[in-house]
Amino acid sequence: MRKILVGIKRVVDYNVRIRVKPDNSGVVLDGVKMSVNPFDEIALEEALRIRERGEAEEIVAVSIGPDDAQQQLRTALAMGADRAILVKHDGMLEPLTVAKTLMAIVSREQPELVILGKQAIDDDNSQATQMLSALWDRPQVTCASKVEIKGNTLSVVREVDAGLETLEVDLPAVISADLRLNEPRYVKLPDIMKAKKKPLDVVEFASLNVATPGQLTATHYEPPKARAKGVMVKDVAELISALKNKGLV
Amino acid sequence: MHKLLIIAEHDGEKLNASISRCVTAARQISDVHVTVAVLAADPSAVAAQAAALTGVDAVITVAAAANAHAVAAIWAPQVVALVRGGYSHVWGPSTSFGKDLMPRVAALLDVNQISDLMAVDSAHTFKRPIYAGNAIITVQVAAGSVVVATVRTASFEAAPAGGNAAISAVSVDASLPTHTRFVSIAQAKSDRPDLQTAPKVVSGGRALGSAENFKIIFSLAEKMGAAVGASRAAVDAGYAPNELQVGQTGKIIAPQLYMAVGISGAIQHLTGIKDAKTIVAINKDAEAPIFEVADIGLVADLFDVVPQIEKALAG
Ligand SMILES: Cc1cc2nc3c(=O)[nH]c(=O)nc-3n(C[C@H](O)[C@H](O)[C@H](O)COP(=O)(O)OP(=O)(O)OC[C@H]3O[C@@H](n4cnc5c(N)ncnc54)[C@H](O)[C@@H]3O)c2cc1C
Repeated sequence: MRKILVGIKRVVDYNVRIRVKPDNSGVVLDGVKMSVNPFDEIALEEALRIRERGEAEEIVAVSIGPDDAQQQLRTALAMGADRAILVKHDGMLEPLTVAKTLMAIVSREQPELVILGKQAIDDDNSQATQMLSALWDRPQVTCASKVEIKGNTLSVVREVDAGLETLEVDLPAVISADLRLNEPRYVKLPDIMKAKKKPLDVVEFASLNVATPGQLTATHYEPPKARAKGVMVKDVAELISALKNKGLV
Repeated sequence: MHKLLIIAEHDGEKLNASISRCVTAARQISDVHVTVAVLAADPSAVAAQAAALTGVDAVITVAAAANAHAVAAIWAPQVVALVRGGYSHVWGPSTSFGKDLMPRVAALLDVNQISDLMAVDSAHTFKRPIYAGNAIITVQVAAGSVVVATVRTASFEAAPAGGNAAISAVSVDASLPTHTRFVSIAQAKSDRPDLQTAPKVVSGGRALGSAENFKIIFSLAEKMGAAVGASRAAVDAGYAPNELQVGQTGKIIAPQLYMAVGISGAIQHLTGIKDAKTIVAINKDAEAPIFEVADIGLVADLFDVVPQIEKALAG
């Protein structure tokens, strides 16, 4: 295929313990480490492997976010994406708006395959893949753990609650990467230097004319309920009697 | 009156247990009429099970050969056609089924989805977790737009049996795509209790060290009548199959008893067990974060104590 589009979201690093602001207006993001959404790294890695097998020519990384998301796109370029597009937007976007924005980029770029992460670990919405494929009227395969290209079709194994499901879909298609699709490569220093010279286009969100209806409003943020403090037991006998007391064994 | 449609998850024979929890969530809206839609090749058995749930007011069935498997691209246009018939809400479970289907439905309806709905404040105001459950947000949906949601089933009790809703067959006018084809599903057939609904779960982590060693988890679980779970590290390493993963990107569960054996307690894992009634942690590192959430903690080498527990339960 000619082109694969990969979504790259700038998110709070997965190791950060998030705190809710005391006034319940949001979460504390000042000075917090930001990274590429882990599932997006897996998505990009898959695209790179497809290209390295000679089954794709070009990989375009797309991010929708603030100017600082250029850092994450540079990481994507260092991993091996050929070029990058930042759709510049500050503040929150609703999932449907994200999908419509990606659709606008898909219309321009005409990729045969779009690979996104199965969810972003900040808002945990898990909607972009399904919505983009609906808007595009193309197949979706979420939670992919194995992708095989067979001419104009894909055979994809998905992780589902019952086990592993295989779907066959026609290209173009949108798939989302699950954890076990691959293990993303580490970026090496020379790649970071090379990435600085790769093209990164900045597109103003407003220029895409995507409607922002404001259909969802987050009105209040709170921390989750804390669990009551537990007890430590010293051996198996104490453990069993504690469980018996609770009627659990 | 709010008209709420729940899309039934099933395997052709049995209604998935998640649906009765969606019914409980739906009933928390005041002045609501709850319909369950069963799309299937032959919906009769599943429809009867849905009709028997307390809180279900009506069951509608859409029989079609194309509905034999829940392929989102094929089901979504049919669900949209049903919703356009006059529903204010359309919900599914936040399982791999619902997470796949419902956002596609939402996009076709030109609305957003509320993912992992965990509390109902009103017909248009809900709570949901973000950041792996480290923050809970209250979300308000604009009046007048259809409320599409997936329901975090661990947050709601199962609706009891005892209902007697009328079942009616409907036909939908929707063109179904041929670009997506179901090929197969590989599912481990087992007699073990189902991880998502079991009252007791024994879970193993990286500490087990091999698939061979992981068998002591299966064995203890069997003795306790418990389902088996696993951390991502244990699944990635091939000690346990993917469908046993518990956590942010695995299954979110709420058993009476969750026993974490050789699991450190990463935030992504804890997300999956926050609603467990009693958490037991067995770990040889007294500093492991799992002890911060455990109700009962035991600092020990699992290879010593797991066989001892089994023996104690046998005797
Ligand atoms: C995007 C993303 C999503 C993720 N989603 C999930 C998810 O859904 N579910 C999930 O579980 N993880 C998830 N993870 C991974 C998570 O961050 C942790 O890496 C993982 O949970 C660790 O698994 P573990 O506790 O088995 O292994 P470790 O963290 O290695 O812990 C092993 C524990 O075993 C103890 N131990 C070792 N030997 C013994 C012994 N002999 N006896 C007793 N105790 C012993 C150690 O003290 C240690 O605490 C995700 C990560 C990312 C980045």
